[in-house]
Amino acid sequence: METGVVVLIGLFFTVAVYLMLSKQLVRMLLGIAILGNAVNMLIFTNGRLTREVPPLIPDHLYMPVETTANPLPQALVLTAIVISFSFFAFLLVLAFRAYQELGTDEVNEMRIAEPENDQTPPQGY
Amino acid sequence: MRTIIFRTIAPYLSALMVLFSIFVLLRGHNEPGGGFIGGLIAASALAIFGVACGVASVRRAIVFHPMGIAGFGLFIGALAGIVSFFKGQPFMTSQWWYLKVFGVEIPLSTPLIFDIGVYLVVVGAIGSIALALEERESD
Amino acid sequence: MAGSPVSVDYSQAMNLSAVPAGDWLVVAPTLITLLGGSLCLMLRKNTDLQPKLGIGFLALLVLANFGLLVRVLDYGVISMVMGSWLPPFGIAFTVDALGATLSLIGSIVALCAGIYGAASVDNTGRRYGFYPFLLLLMTGVCGAFITGDIFNLYVWFEVLLISSYGLLVLGNDRIQLDGAVKYGVLNLIGTNLFLIATGLLYGIFGTLNMADLAQKVAALDNPASGTLATVAALYFLAFAMKAAAFPVNFWLPASYHTPNVVVSAVFAGLLTKVGVYALIRVFVLILPASRGYMADVIALVAIATLLTGALGALAQSELRRLFGYLVIAGIGSMLAGVAVGSTLAVSGAIFYAVHSIIVMTALYLAAGIMNLMSGSYDLRKLGGLYQKSAGFAGVFLVLGFAVSGLPPFSGFWPKVILVDAAFQDGRAWLGAAILVSGFLTTLAMGRVWIYAFWRGGPEGTPDGQSVAAAGTDTGQLSGAAVWLPIGILTALVVYFGLQPEWMLELSTQGATGVVEPLGYLRSVFGGEG
Repeated sequence: METGVVVLIGLFFTVAVYLMLSKQLVRMLLGIAILGNAVNMLIFTNGRLTREVPPLIPDHLYMPVETTANPLPQALVLTAIVISFSFFAFLLVLAFRAYQELGTDEVNEMRIAEPENDQTPPQGY
Repeated sequence: MRTIIFRTIAPYLSALMVLFSIFVLLRGHNEPGGGFIGGLIAASALAIFGVACGVASVRRAIVFHPMGIAGFGLFIGALAGIVSFFKGQPFMTSQWWYLKVFGVEIPLSTPLIFDIGVYLVVVGAIGSIALALEERESD
Repeated sequence: MAGSPVSVDYSQAMNLSAVPAGDWLVVAPTLITLLGGSLCLMLRKNTDLQPKLGIGFLALLVLANFGLLVRVLDYGVISMVMGSWLPPFGIAFTVDALGATLSLIGSIVALCAGIYGAASVDNTGRRYGFYPFLLLLMTGVCGAFITGDIFNLYVWFEVLLISSYGLLVLGNDRIQLDGAVKYGVLNLIGTNLFLIATGLLYGIFGTLNMADLAQKVAALDNPASGTLATVAALYFLAFAMKAAAFPVNFWLPASYHTPNVVVSAVFAGLLTKVGVYALIRVFVLILPASRGYMADVIALVAIATLLTGALGALAQSELRRLFGYLVIAGIGSMLAGVAVGSTLAVSGAIFYAVHSIIVMTALYLAAGIMNLMSGSYDLRKLGGLYQKSAGFAGVFLVLGFAVSGLPPFSGFWPKVILVDAAFQDGRAWLGAAILVSGFLTTLAMGRVWIYAFWRGGPEGTPDGQSVAAAGTDTGQLSGAAVWLPIGILTALVVYFGLQPEWMLELSTQGATGVVEPLGYLRSVFGGEG
């Protein structure tokens, strides 16, 4: 099962990198969203996969009866999902504002902070 | 989007969702659920209400600015960690109190306070982003 | 054992002994900024109260960090694990001399920025949340310096990043949106790389505690194996991106000149140094074998960064972009220390980080004052500032000397140490690059001083006459909030230049702590380490 998931992660990374190489900001953001998911799956797989045993301890016990799934990667992935989700939301708003203000979503045309015909400083002393 | 059916149902739907989100928040200690997922449900309730009745009425309904709510959540989340200072234990060590109300034992704890903090942070932060996006859509 | 009810031996997993109240200083910096930040967030509308609250909490933060440093020097490395769990189960906060020193200097700089912000951030900026975001940024910065858990380090990076987004778009100008897009996208990719490497590391060792990782890596038969080399390369790329090292430095000059100048000052002082700190922590403490394996690559990157930074600074006429390139040149010096990796070199890198935090913030604040005096950040439109304030011209000269690494100011000593360490290691090219970069920086800063201060007026006016451009002096220049921060920072620059013993001692102690991490391990795991 792990091999299959690893191939899937590879596919996710491929798609993410392809999208991030695009010039359109929206595609880059989609690429980042997919990259986040690829990373989450990577962490999840790194915690070793088990089937259908949630890491919950029954009420009257202090220890799980059988080997359960590793809860730590789930906690890590949850943290990473929360973070990447909020970042994605923020960047989406930012990209939308940038599109409204700058009138383009192509990154090559966003040259306000670094104007193309930038003059050189005074020469000599 | 703003059909009469949707606008009539949305307030009830949002109220139910907020109620459900609190249920999910409170059962989170020992069972699936918790502050984050509860907060997301509540934030989507605000978003639905906003789509149906306009952002202005959502802002009126929640009284405080969403970022203020998030700030309050952060504040009580941090405070929940400090309680263990007075017992000489490390930061974030959980403290439990068992209250008896009419013979029913109610366990209260700092993880619960922390979870409520998380809930408020998520409601505030996601809610403010959702409302900002909805506001832009209309103009 | 499985299924046995009730009788559970908690002491196997939990620390049941009482914790001295002084150990709470470990979490105090993050806690103070978190509480202060959330309080300011709730009171955002009250624009008069904001600066008082913000500066008050930042002053408290400086005090807490000072107490923490004193305690670390008295008791050695101190550690606290969240929720009473025993390491490596719980998230550990572990402070050594390195973390405590950087945390203290960082908080002093933030306090200065907070004071300057009282004058330069208007009510709109305050309502948008300058002080809450500044405090939360410091939560991230201090947390990153203090944590002993690598996933937790990732979380603090993200805390720092999200608040820096908030600060970056404070005014919502077009130019800010443009800068924020580039800054935001590239930094997010950088942290994702960090997360990938951390995931792989967890897959290999099953732990995230830095001390535990350091032990487990050291116990390997072949610590420079292929898998670890992948992880190390990913970490290097991720932190190099954060620190704006050469081929991945382009986001910095594209964004650092766009926000309010006080925000730029905080960013230039702190953000890239957190990347360098993480690089030292991961490469020197956890993966020393991989660092040795990659030393040549790191040295090459360091040389390229040193030269790009200095040459870039020579080619700019916008002051803030020029200083942005100087930040990059400084990162090159610190990378040189990591590339050599001896105790001496790492101590040089730490001292340089301290110097760079102070001097870069001071330079951006100085740029802000120059803008107040003459209404421009452009070298071609500046001039005649010496006539307006001779004292400020002197202060700027001090800062220029310091950033170029000339004696007797704070930049001199770390550069001496780094060059010495590079030559001792047989990397003459690296030492030469540091010197050449310092020389080019001297040229760039000398030109700024001559054009902005020494000549009579801006371009196009007859020299020698006091027809300096009509300043946008709105009375801010007379306020203490403008002059106090740069005064404090310049005093520190001079102090560390004339009395370097104290900081040398601290940085040597910090470097010894990561190169020979016995004390670090012992603090986390108790006596057996």
